[in-house]
Amino acid sequence: MVRFENVGLRYGLGPEVLRDLSFRIEPHSFQFLTGPSGAGKTSLMRLLFLALRPTRGLITLFGHDIATLNKDAMATLRRRIGVVFQDFRLIDHMTTYENVALPLRVVGQEEGSFRDEVVELLQWVGLGERMWALPPVLSGGEKQRAAIARAVIARPQLLLADEPTGNVDPSLAQRLLRLFVELNKSGTSIVIATHDIALMDQYDARRLVLHEGRIHVYE
Amino acid sequence: MNDDVDAVTVAPQPGALPQFVSPIVPKGTIAGRALVAIVAIMTFLASLTTGAVVLVRSAASDWQSEVAREVTIQVRPVGNRNLEADVTRAADIARRFPGVADVRVYSKEESSHLLEPWLGTGLVLEELPVPRLAVVRITSGATPEFQQLGRLLAEQVPSASLDDHRGFVEHMRSMGRAAFLGGLAVLALVLVATVLSVTFATRGAIATNRTVVEVLHLIGAKNTFIAQHFQRRFLGLGLQGGLIGGGSALVLFGLVEFASRHFLGSAAGDQFGALFGSFSIGIFGYVAVALQIALIAGVTALASRRTVNRTLETFE
Repeated sequence: MVRFENVGLRYGLGPEVLRDLSFRIEPHSFQFLTGPSGAGKTSLMRLLFLALRPTRGLITLFGHDIATLNKDAMATLRRRIGVVFQDFRLIDHMTTYENVALPLRVVGQEEGSFRDEVVELLQWVGLGERMWALPPVLSGGEKQRAAIARAVIARPQLLLADEPTGNVDPSLAQRLLRLFVELNKSGTSIVIATHDIALMDQYDARRLVLHEGRIHVYE
Repeated sequence: MNDDVDAVTVAPQPGALPQFVSPIVPKGTIAGRALVAIVAIMTFLASLTTGAVVLVRSAASDWQSEVAREVTIQVRPVGNRNLEADVTRAADIARRFPGVADVRVYSKEESSHLLEPWLGTGLVLEELPVPRLAVVRITSGATPEFQQLGRLLAEQVPSASLDDHRGFVEHMRSMGRAAFLGGLAVLALVLVATVLSVTFATRGAIATNRTVVEVLHLIGAKNTFIAQHFQRRFLGLGLQGGLIGGGSALVLFGLVEFASRHFLGSAAGDQFGALFGSFSIGIFGYVAVALQIALIAGVTALASRRTVNRTLETFE
């Protein structure tokens, strides 16, 4: 599904923040991406969701070498990836329902074909009563769940979550982890970037550990 | 984030299904309203400049045609010739000449009034060798052979000469052209300033929507989809501002035209009329302002598209 071969990344003329990364993310797999602050987790996540291009090396995503793809093809690939941002990035002028439905709207689906599915997902993540609310009035946990719902509504093959439990209390963090595990069981590959050792200890999964720009894989 | 979007909860209707009713690009933001205000102000100024250029052009053209529709016969007192008889004879020759609509001979009193600004009142004209004037008005659309009329006058009334105002008309024409070109230069500067200020205001408004652009990009929206939504929204804002600014300018021109007609006959009104004619920008002026509104709205839409595309490039 995802293959990195000797990937390096530097910003401008600065030093390499990621060096010689070589690893794979297999279909239906579950992994944590961890490492100390400044190790390059966010940069690696940005490479994974195609917000950055590597300065060297090869990245293939769903069988496509991303260096050869044009903008439209990249957009089409992004639709197969769900992303949960640390700062949620919900759109403030849209209701919770609209934020979650947005990925389906941008691919041109009719509302009649997705309304029930969006409502069901919102109820599943506990936002059934908040679907008319705008993001500025949602709590941190509600925003987090809305962001997760938006990331999974289009049934992505790969879900990337950047510190998804960073803004929530331990019990909610546990609920969110269960949600990711359920998604993984339904066939989605999961990558969770986190500092939270306690969270990782709750679920036995592969760990990708970044240290000084290099990756160490613990199966 | 869009902190200028009103943070409210949309109240659910009992039993109602949720609907996707919000536009992709937010409406009614502070940045959007500021952009409308800037577009309105700049369109108003550009429309006033356009109207002024159209007025100067039509006034200069009116002055020229007014002067060109008249020629003057001057009869000088020469030796022992009868001045009155020469004036009458010259006027008769002119009246019979093809293309002449009317000849008006200035009486002795009127001639003395003409000299008053230079020689003062109480003038006794008989004591001075003052020439007499006859104003010849030309039939509308006719182009009489002034050289032939001049030859006839020289043959039959040797003391008469014909002045077709050619030098003055040329002077007027070059003045009118200079005023028109000057107006066009000012209009060009105003339009450049309008385009620049609208472009920068649009960029500012797009910057407040950076999160929207980024989220759309990351959930897989194609660049054309994002750019089209922004272009459509900003075309609307540009048209709104343009119609407010251009419409206000047209209302102002209409009011001044109405006032100038209302005061016609008063001293001020006559002077105003002499300078600006009817003070109407005419159909050409209205079309020019309408085109300007379309141009400024187009610039707003284009600037939004370019800014969105540039923003998207920073994500890749």
